[in-house]
Amino acid sequence: MLMKRKDLSIILIIAFVIGVFPWLTGKNEYFISLLVFMGINAMITLGLSLLMGYAGQISLGHAAFFGLGAYSSGILTVQYGLSPVAGFVFGILLSAAVAYLVGIPTLRLKGHYMAVATLGFGEIVFILFNELSFLTGGPSGLSGIPALAVGDLPLEGTAYLYLVWGLVLLLLLFSLNLINSRVGRALRAVHGSELAAGAMGVDASLYKIQVFVLSAVYASMGGSLYAHFISFISPSSFSLMFSILLLMMVVVGGTETIWGAILGAAVLTLLPEYLRGLEDFEVLAYGAILMAVLLFMPKGILEGFQRLWARAQGGS
Amino acid sequence: MTFASQMIQYLFTGLTLGSIYALVALGFTMIYNATGIINLAQGEFVMLGGLVMVFFAAVLKMPLYLGLLLTILVVTLVGVIFERLAIHPLKEASLITLIMITLAGSILFRGGAMFLWGKDPYALPAFTQSRPVQFLGATLQAQIFWVLGITVFAVAGVHFFFNRTLIGKAITACAFNPLAARLIGINVRKMVLLSFALSAAVGAVAGAIITPITLMEYDRGPLLALKGFAAAVLGGLGSGIGSVLAGFIIGILESFGAGLISSGYKDAIALLVLLIILWVKPTGILGSEEESGLKKF
Repeated sequence: MLMKRKDLSIILIIAFVIGVFPWLTGKNEYFISLLVFMGINAMITLGLSLLMGYAGQISLGHAAFFGLGAYSSGILTVQYGLSPVAGFVFGILLSAAVAYLVGIPTLRLKGHYMAVATLGFGEIVFILFNELSFLTGGPSGLSGIPALAVGDLPLEGTAYLYLVWGLVLLLLLFSLNLINSRVGRALRAVHGSELAAGAMGVDASLYKIQVFVLSAVYASMGGSLYAHFISFISPSSFSLMFSILLLMMVVVGGTETIWGAILGAAVLTLLPEYLRGLEDFEVLAYGAILMAVLLFMPKGILEGFQRLWARAQGGS
Repeated sequence: MTFASQMIQYLFTGLTLGSIYALVALGFTMIYNATGIINLAQGEFVMLGGLVMVFFAAVLKMPLYLGLLLTILVVTLVGVIFERLAIHPLKEASLITLIMITLAGSILFRGGAMFLWGKDPYALPAFTQSRPVQFLGATLQAQIFWVLGITVFAVAGVHFFFNRTLIGKAITACAFNPLAARLIGINVRKMVLLSFALSAAVGAVAGAIITPITLMEYDRGPLLALKGFAAAVLGGLGSGIGSVLAGFIIGILESFGAGLISSGYKDAIALLVLLIILWVKPTGILGSEEESGLKKF
């Protein structure tokens, strides 16, 4: 295994916490669904973190891939009566294909251009979700998406929580292995300097497109799981605001390590629950938090707290 | 209405929309030229311009010119504060941080507007209460002429400022080479501040003049920014005149697209233009390779 002992122990701790959580809270439905959403967000940010932190590329359009996964599952099960597995796999294939086709010209662009191109792509997909109403149900959405089931046993509550987080941990393992492998080293080289990486024989554009496709696949899986969990989807869940929120999770958590993305997903999934009382303040609070993190902890809260912790220990 | 008069109707609608995209694109260009940053909060300046104008002109019932002047002042101040608090403190920030900081600004402005004005769209009376003009069978609101006139005036003013005044030339110098500009005694940081102020002012004008036609609500910014950016890129990012022309082209394409193809897809047109240009010729139709390297107005 190409993995560090510390990473493995954190994964085991997460698995343990998720494992006992439903029993500690008396299988409270609200807490379980909160954790399911956290897992889905973590899945997507995992891919985004690989893309941003390791390949140095920014995407403001990942809500589109999340939506492609969700609508693939929704449309194939509701409109065509196929099994959820078919929707899940189709979503992955569709997202990968779209990411590949969009990625080739887009990843040639740098920095700001890449950000705006992905933003434009995301908006176009959002418009399609609204306009292709014979498939998607248009702005009023698609309802009656069946729950996942193993045989006759529907996967609900705790079982669904374990499914989502099991998948998150698997993808996490995979991503950590990827980072510590030849591919990961190549990606960091690309991030450092594309020119220097190229001179060392690293095919930068190939690696970038691979990570982009991988991150789209993660997002699509998240989308399928989301659709089956809440059984109703409408375009508003896949708007620019969600792309920004995903990006925020990665940036707030920190792009230095993949754990930042998990932490960011956790914090920003829980935060709205506490901000709910603020109502009209919610968007304002998001903006303020993002701005504060960028100005005072530009490497994310994970690194920021580690630094504060080290300072506190050194001082006492 | 005959086909020809319908075409004229679309053309004028396109020119009106295009004016706004042109002004947004001009705002992008000014900040880009001074700092190399794409200000993703540019659309929010337009939104704020519209809503602040509603407050002064419709709520406080101020006379038109005073309302417009105060609106420009307020939004310019917002732009200045934004630069001071968010852009100025960044030193040697990573590219991701630079992109995210203007994004954070846009969320903050949107959140602020939602808090102050709520989620409903606001109307603003037209600048003059004259009857619509009949032109070759097309019916044109009087406000269209206000939009076109003020846009031409604003673009000419910006053009004059950058080409005929010392401060304008100093900003252009910063764009060419910040180090060389500092060597000859130009305060580069002050010029960056000025570019944000000007860009906010131009955005405010755009918002104030379009609101009587399209209404305005808190979340209009991102789409306006995207279309304005499409214009800025189409015109060859960094070229002031190019971005203005491209703004009109995109407005007209959108208006004809909405009328002749489908109104549901009208927003997709500008975005498709943006993607195709970025993918095929990122230097824009009017910007040459050489010029985009120099980043000249």
